[in-house]
Amino acid sequence: MTAAVEFTDVSRFYGSVKAVDGVSIAIADGEFFSMLGPSGSGKTTCLRLIAGFEQPTRGSIRIHGVEAAGVPPFARDVNTVFQDYALFPHMNVRENVGYGLMVKGVEKAERLARSQQALEMVALDGYGERKPAQLSGGQRQRVALARALVNRPRVLLLDEPLGALDLKLREQMQGELKSLQRQLGITFVYVTHDQGEALSMADRVAVFNNGKIEQVDTPRELYMRPATSFVANFVGTSNVIDGDRARVLGGSAQPFSIRPEHVRVSREISFAHDLASVSGVVRDVQYHGATSRIEIDLDGGGRLVASVQNGEGGGALLPATGEAVHAYWSRAAMVPLRDGPA
Amino acid sequence: MKTNALSGNSLYLRTPLRSLAVGLHRRPGLLLAVLLGPPLLWFFIIYLGSLLALLWQGFYSFDDFSMRILPQWTLHNYAQIFVKGNFDIVLRTLAMASAVTVAAAVIAFPIAYYMSRYATPSVKAFFYIGVMLPMWASYIVKAYSWTVILAKGGIVYWLLGQLHLTGVLEALLRVPYVGGTTLSTSHLGRFLVFTYIWLPFMVLPIQAALERVPPNLVQASQDLGARGAQTFRYVIWPLAFPGVVAGSIFTFSLTLGDFIIPTLIGPSGLFIGTFVYVQQGAVGNIPMAAAFTVVPIVLIVVYLRIAKRLGAFDAL
Repeated sequence: MTAAVEFTDVSRFYGSVKAVDGVSIAIADGEFFSMLGPSGSGKTTCLRLIAGFEQPTRGSIRIHGVEAAGVPPFARDVNTVFQDYALFPHMNVRENVGYGLMVKGVEKAERLARSQQALEMVALDGYGERKPAQLSGGQRQRVALARALVNRPRVLLLDEPLGALDLKLREQMQGELKSLQRQLGITFVYVTHDQGEALSMADRVAVFNNGKIEQVDTPRELYMRPATSFVANFVGTSNVIDGDRARVLGGSAQPFSIRPEHVRVSREISFAHDLASVSGVVRDVQYHGATSRIEIDLDGGGRLVASVQNGEGGGALLPATGEAVHAYWSRAAMVPLRDGPA
Repeated sequence: MKTNALSGNSLYLRTPLRSLAVGLHRRPGLLLAVLLGPPLLWFFIIYLGSLLALLWQGFYSFDDFSMRILPQWTLHNYAQIFVKGNFDIVLRTLAMASAVTVAAAVIAFPIAYYMSRYATPSVKAFFYIGVMLPMWASYIVKAYSWTVILAKGGIVYWLLGQLHLTGVLEALLRVPYVGGTTLSTSHLGRFLVFTYIWLPFMVLPIQAALERVPPNLVQASQDLGARGAQTFRYVIWPLAFPGVVAGSIFTFSLTLGDFIIPTLIGPSGLFIGTFVYVQQGAVGNIPMAAAFTVVPIVLIVVYLRIAKRLGAFDAL
């Protein structure tokens, strides 16, 4: 089966700045694919390359098997939900939603019916006569979604679509977007800098850094088996251990990652052979309700973060700041890391 | 002496200025009156009051024999506007103002579009200065120099002669309502000078309007399948239209009221501006001049109503 979107060694340079640097990915048809990374990592440029607002400096982009180079944005079977929605301020909601159909010459009766249907899909029927300025952020977001989906694109591009919404609304929209995607079966390419959003919604996530892809994997694999120290730190938090300590604990100089929730903290030392153990002094204890976060200054330098369940005792038995403790973890939880992008 | 933490701090010393500030802070109404009073007095008495006084003058009588203004109410001056010869003046001026406005918009829009969308900051600065520089030069000198440029034996005639296009120009000058005996005494010549002089007033508002159109609206339009012409028609033009209307209010009203260019360039036959000038200067018939001054005001009001109908202010 041909991929919905396929990048083969794609680069986009602006002068000497490498915004996208040798990216190859294949996004499957019907997949919810997320591009995750900090700002300036190249994820949005990749989205704009798919939409056709940018042309690759090098490499090839295929959309459903068709080479995209030289195809203008208006001739591509993809639609975009823009970060700040980009609704037309002089048109009402119905005209905004019907715009794509109008410019393609769809007759008025069908246009109105499909616009109405799209507005119902995002629970905004009855808002057709309003201007964008009269809507809340969440409603504008839905209009932008309806405006894109009414065209029945094969690929929908979403550029940080929930970035401007408050937390509650964001969580609600995450669920709605996910179920909408399942129901419609359209390929979603979802750009975000929020790792929680990417993990909870996407089938697969590509982690971007400095214009390159560090890792492409399912959310579970990404979290459990981060390939690089960048991924280990960007997706959730992690302790990256390298140098001499890695040699002592892991048996080689290769750095490894250990998640804070896999670290146990005890006042007694443990000599079990399947456990790796370090000692140090508690620097800080933060109470987070269900868990507590313990920061430990390791003997011989470096710092380790442990996240422990507070359990039924409610964290009453936690070590105090300044107390000497031992931290240990299962060797099986240690994830070896490579240096940078593959 | 009793001391506290604040007394040593010079920030809290009571100076006369500070006492005044505190007093005004407690009476916001007084502060508002002090700040807003003088400009509002100017606005209502000098600015709007003089306009009302002007309109008032239009209802006074003028005695043709004694050449004196009489304080007798009459609608005669306003009725005179619709007399055949006088109404021709209105139509002539209106036609010129419309033509100049359309021409200025056609020339200004692409320039403004380039300035707001494509020009780098330094190129944009060059365009800003380039557009405004002629506006800073003396208006009368420019108008005079055009009489020389357009005169027979002037540079335009010479250039067209070199290009063997003199015949075309002469054919053009024979067209009724457009032509005249020479370029500098033709309607065409007058139209060229008006369009030249008022161009900055059209470029700048359009540029400002286009600058406010977010670039991602253009991308959204393309993304939704609109070709370039469709994006222009449905997105860029409606959003820039208020700027075009703002610019056209300038070009339209400035042409309606101008008396220097119609005096220096073009055929004989009065414009509203020259008619007003003649009435109050040579004749001393101030009531008639005042009545004619109302004409551009009414025309602009009508024009704004049409613009509103066309949706000029929907995007505001």
